[in-house]
Amino acid sequence: MGGKMKIFSFGVVLTTLFTSFVSLAGTLVINNNQSDPRAKEVMYAFIDAFDKAHPEVTVVVNDFDHEEYKVAIRNFLQADAPDIAVWFAGNRMKFFVDQGLFEDVSDVWESAGLNDSMAASKGSLTVDGKQYGVPYAYYQWGVYYRKDIFDKLGLNEPRDFEEFKWVCAMLKKNGYTPITIGTKYLWTAAAWFDYMNMRINGYNFHMDLMAGNASYEDPRLDDVFDKWAELSNAGYYLEDHASLSWQEAITPMINGEAAMYLMGNFVVPFFEDAGVADNVDYFQFPMVYKGVGMAEDAPTDTFHIPSGAKNKEDAKKFLAFLANPDAAKALAEDNGSLTPNSNATPPSDRFKQQGFAVLSSASDIAQFYDRDTHPDMHGDGMKGFQEFMVKPERIGAIRSRLDKTRKRVFSSN
Amino acid sequence: MIKYISKNQIKLAPIFFLAPASCLFLLYVIYPIIDSIWVSFHSWNGMDRGLLGLSGDLKNWKWVGLDNYKELFFDDYEFPTLIINNIKWLILSLLVIPIGLGLAIFLNQNIKEMKFIKPLFFFPFVINLVVVGLIFSWFYLPKYGFLDLVFRSLGLEPIAFLAEESLATYAIIFAFFWPSIAYTMIIYLTGLTNVNREIVEAGRIDGAMGFKMFWYVILPQLKPATFIATVVTVVGALRSFDMVAIMTKGGPWGSSSVLAYKMYEEALFSYRMGYGSAIATILFIIMDIYIVWFLYRLFQNEKSEK
Repeated sequence: MGGKMKIFSFGVVLTTLFTSFVSLAGTLVINNNQSDPRAKEVMYAFIDAFDKAHPEVTVVVNDFDHEEYKVAIRNFLQADAPDIAVWFAGNRMKFFVDQGLFEDVSDVWESAGLNDSMAASKGSLTVDGKQYGVPYAYYQWGVYYRKDIFDKLGLNEPRDFEEFKWVCAMLKKNGYTPITIGTKYLWTAAAWFDYMNMRINGYNFHMDLMAGNASYEDPRLDDVFDKWAELSNAGYYLEDHASLSWQEAITPMINGEAAMYLMGNFVVPFFEDAGVADNVDYFQFPMVYKGVGMAEDAPTDTFHIPSGAKNKEDAKKFLAFLANPDAAKALAEDNGSLTPNSNATPPSDRFKQQGFAVLSSASDIAQFYDRDTHPDMHGDGMKGFQEFMVKPERIGAIRSRLDKTRKRVFSSN
Repeated sequence: MIKYISKNQIKLAPIFFLAPASCLFLLYVIYPIIDSIWVSFHSWNGMDRGLLGLSGDLKNWKWVGLDNYKELFFDDYEFPTLIINNIKWLILSLLVIPIGLGLAIFLNQNIKEMKFIKPLFFFPFVINLVVVGLIFSWFYLPKYGFLDLVFRSLGLEPIAFLAEESLATYAIIFAFFWPSIAYTMIIYLTGLTNVNREIVEAGRIDGAMGFKMFWYVILPQLKPATFIATVVTVVGALRSFDMVAIMTKGGPWGSSSVLAYKMYEEALFSYRMGYGSAIATILFIIMDIYIVWFLYRLFQNEKSEK
């Protein structure tokens, strides 16, 4: 036991020594959360391009697993800050801004001309009039569907919720699973809640709810859950989705057994790799009520300079490098996203083109349930949505539970 | 001073030898335990404890007394599920012991071919629990999993075990059986090699046969093995975190969660270190009761052997 202990602690000492060695001045340390093969490759290509443009800077990258990073960032921002940290815009960023852990980078926005070229995403990186990070990618959400199945049954892209239900009914009647979904990791269910609520009650009410100012027992939500329950009760969702990851839920669609999937654009590479991308198309989540603005979920990925960074000067050069339209475009688009840099040439890929059109005409942009609301709220919230999708009859209990959590979470902050 | 040391060398030597390990043990085991109990009386989001808010008081760190425990016991709708699931784990995991014993006896035959069969039974023990969890999630996978295939080929309606709130926990425990049966089997196999042949012979002369031989002659000699197998299995069941995390993430909707997983969820994902620590403390107390009993039995056994 004693011997084991010693080796372990020695390892800890070694790693701390090592990380403080590499973060000496002149080097730029980047903590990277892009761990999926394609995403990682794209991130490295961007860093290489920066390295070529700034040969005086030596870049060191620490790679993390994407999920593990969400836990690790709270430690390393306080204990051993890198010079650049990858993160997310919106409430996720605001948490660290409130803790004083992210540096104000309004000067980079000013000097690199980002105020113009990234005007659309500026709001999601602003707290009290100052910018605390620079966005590098965002992507649309929407319904991806098997065009060949639609064509075979003579179905068109639905324009409103009534048509959407009719499409589902036709698919079901012909033996297809209308909507595939895997809710093991919960957030896929939150996408349905985001869209139903934004389409029915609009962006402002949705944001009030995210900020804890509206109740989960608010009567305006009745309609949301009623309409959503119609889909579950009619059996339009893939069976047993609670035990499937979002990737596993793609399989029925690749096999041509399921027809639609509400997802982010990062799902497209999976269709490409399976060789069915030609049969897949995209439509915007349909309107429910006329007159309600078509708001969209478009999560934004970002770079930040931690307050404890040792080489802020070079870190700012790195952020400013995103003003380079070609580099910014490659970083976002090679990984299925869109670049927030409006100086970049428009995307050539048809999914990105459609996404770009949808987002350009969107009334408002939300980040996503688990990025818009408090971290302590979204765990219970998404569990509730998952339960509701399988057991719609329990909605009363679920909503009162969620509201109890909301009161606890937002009263203490 | 030096004189004193050289004079009392023999007395002091153990202290010097123990010091490094004890210091590390204090620093990495005892201190975190005490700190985590201390944290459980606070509301803390895991960030800088000393950070001041706008009004000049501590922003992230607040004394709340027993509030975390009160919430856990009386307000948390998941708490009853967690306790019931932990009890299911504890009770069902004990089945591993007789099954492991049965397999050990089966494998303990002096047949040449056994040499090739034995490793097959050891195999699951070598695999990491995370991998076991993965294999079983594929096994249970609706539509494409092996179990589904078996159900279909028998003409039965397939059940998605991990998607059913009433079955998910049992499905995970069943997966846990696989490596832990292999483990108890190994313990019993070594136990069986230590069985005293003379006593067995004596029993045979006295007419003990079959089950009687097993129950009155063999089993009492396996007592130490049974003891260790029970301890390891129960501790494994209480810690049952990795399998839950891999196979269901506590789902569907928290129905297969256990105390250890809930602690992880609250502390690391909801940013509620205080609440997570309160859960950890409860788990610690439950384990303590068990460990005290374990140590008591150990001392009793040693006494009786002397």
